[in-house]
Amino acid sequence: MSKAFTPSAAKPGVITANDLREGHNVWMCEDGWTADPAQATLFEDEAIAELALLKAIGQSNIVVGPYVVEARRGPEGPEPTHFREAFRQTGPSNYFHGIQAAKQAEASNV
Amino acid sequence: MFDVRPVDTDYVRHRAAQFRAQVDRRLDGSLTEDEFRPLRLMNGVYLQLHAYMLRVAIPYGTISPDQMRMLAHLARNYDKGYGHWTTRQNIQFNWPKLVDIPDMLDHLASVGMHAIQTSGNTIRNVTTDAFAGAAPDEIADPRPYAELLRSWSTDHAEFQFLPRKFKIAISGGAKDRAIVSAHDIGLRLVEQDGKPGFEVWVGGGLGRTPLLGQVIRDFLPEEDLLPYIEAIIATYNLTGRRDNKYKARIKITVSERGLDVFRDEVEAEFINRRRDFHGADREALKIFRDRFAAPAFRNAPVEGYEQARAANPGFRSWTDTNLHPHKIDGYASVIVTFKAPGATPGDASADQMRLLADLAERYGHADLRVMHDQNVALPHVHKSDLPALYAALREAGLATANAGKTSDIIACPGMDYCTLATARSIPIAQEIAEHFRAAGLEDEIGNLNIRISGCINACGHHHLGHIGILGLDRAGVENYQITLGGDAYDIPAIGQRAGAGFPAEEVVPAIDRLLRAYLDIREDEGERFIDAYRRLGPAPFKAALYPEVAHA
Ligand code: HEM
Ligand code: SF4
Repeated sequence: MSKAFTPSAAKPGVITANDLREGHNVWMCEDGWTADPAQATLFEDEAIAELALLKAIGQSNIVVGPYVVEARRGPEGPEPTHFREAFRQTGPSNYFHGIQAAKQAEASNV
Repeated sequence: MFDVRPVDTDYVRHRAAQFRAQVDRRLDGSLTEDEFRPLRLMNGVYLQLHAYMLRVAIPYGTISPDQMRMLAHLARNYDKGYGHWTTRQNIQFNWPKLVDIPDMLDHLASVGMHAIQTSGNTIRNVTTDAFAGAAPDEIADPRPYAELLRSWSTDHAEFQFLPRKFKIAISGGAKDRAIVSAHDIGLRLVEQDGKPGFEVWVGGGLGRTPLLGQVIRDFLPEEDLLPYIEAIIATYNLTGRRDNKYKARIKITVSERGLDVFRDEVEAEFINRRRDFHGADREALKIFRDRFAAPAFRNAPVEGYEQARAANPGFRSWTDTNLHPHKIDGYASVIVTFKAPGATPGDASADQMRLLADLAERYGHADLRVMHDQNVALPHVHKSDLPALYAALREAGLATANAGKTSDIIACPGMDYCTLATARSIPIAQEIAEHFRAAGLEDEIGNLNIRISGCINACGHHHLGHIGILGLDRAGVENYQITLGGDAYDIPAIGQRAGAGFPAEEVVPAIDRLLRAYLDIREDEGERFIDAYRRLGPAPFKAALYPEVAHA
């Protein structure tokens, strides 16, 4: 597990967890949780992030193990700064599985 | 072949039902994650990097075709079409949904399988030689003893909350194929005055503090097995450290307290425990021995085998590499490696599992074994059947002639799946395997054990690799530390760190330099990498790994 991270304006962060029923990675967004990390809320304020984390912990019937982790502002939305989070946002490198596959499936359905 | 008794099946069904109720209560909010976590871990359910993971035990690695087909069914219907063999005779499914796991456990229960004690601070799956009942150097089939330990340890009330996980391995052969020295307790079958018994090792283990075990008893008569093991674990349960997770293993208890002190306590405890068994353990052993009856071996001349070897170089090299001698004339044990070019070490697809089940029925007396090096063996194949078996395996991409060679790498899931990982293992294993195959060096290099772990926990046994690779996180970048000189089998040894770690893209070039140096300096073709390392010491190998330093 990543060490506890405190976001700031210089080093913003996102809140992430696993979905309780299915296990996949999710990120906290405006209206709940999303499987698309680019939709995640970017926290720049320590106090606001702490409140949001408490809220996430309170949603233990939806998600498991929420934590705050560093992210940077990208053109599409928050981007991971550490390779562990990058893998969580794509999926394993040996197969095209996980979020990378889910995204493609979604794209081909539009 | 061991056959599952109704009493066992009822028990695992009951456990599956219990878990279903626990999952229901978790989902309806009556259980918090903190309350649920130990319950799911008691049933082999982890939460990993992308998904839940279910670890299923294959006791002493013995699995029937029907059980193998059930694993295939789970892989196909509840996962993404594959499962992952571990180094502890388990299989892990990487993508199940929590809501589906109770159904998976019910399916497993229907064939006598389960995930009980595949996690938690309990006695884990008892592992043994994959060639049990087949190997010519075997003193006795270790599986009745393994079964005695399994049935005794399952749900053993005293040992559900040990200081830490506990691993027992039993080797039946004169040659150790179960790596007894790297387990909490290791047992080697030996004979004294014509009677079978055990050399008992204690305090081995890898992970953060890798240690080889020490012999606590030179000879333990077989009838004392259970009370003696119970005495060891009871002693550890009382004296093992619970203040620090990393110091909680028996290896630390034994090394901190000293083997002699520990032994005295165990022997005293043993006297009491022996009395308490009232002989029930001896009765059980007799029953278990009958349940592992040898198959009806065919007493027939070997036909077509030598002709096929002469006619087909592919078949010849596969038989040279992937067969293990058998105690019955005309038979061989066959190793099927899950290390084909580009493959993830240890991953088996549902189709491959089904095919192996069919082939075991057709050619292998319906017996299959999961090996500790993430491969599967068919322990009893008549040599006349080998050409047909090879052809069928080949068609499925399962006839790679690489058992014990460069590409037969053990790799843990690493950061592609595991939450504890500090770097990836799988892509490194894939790159090394492909590189040496493409360079055409694999056969020339011969026997070589490369082992890779994605973190210090050492699930990939990197300490025991002739070449070990440990993935680390160096300031947010994957970095790989190389160890040399480890050995799991002939002369157990923990590998030594060679020097500074390498960035991911420099690992293959470094191993390439290392192995080319070995080819240059070995005495002859018969001198394996590990032998050359032992003869010459680390210096020439370090010089190959770090040429800049050597020239400076
Ligand atoms: C992905 C889920 C896994 C997790 C969370 C996990 C966790 C761990 C941990 C924490 C340890 C260190 C224990 C200690 O020293 O106290 C360990 C050791 C070990 N695990 Fe795993 N592991 C996983 C998968 C595997 C796999 C896939 C394999 C085989 C390929 C494996 C085989 C082993 C072995 C052989 C050891 C070291 C031997 C020893 O304990 O002495 N594990 N594991
Ligand atoms: S060695 Fe580390 S990364 Fe690999 S499976 Fe074990 S815990 Fe995970």
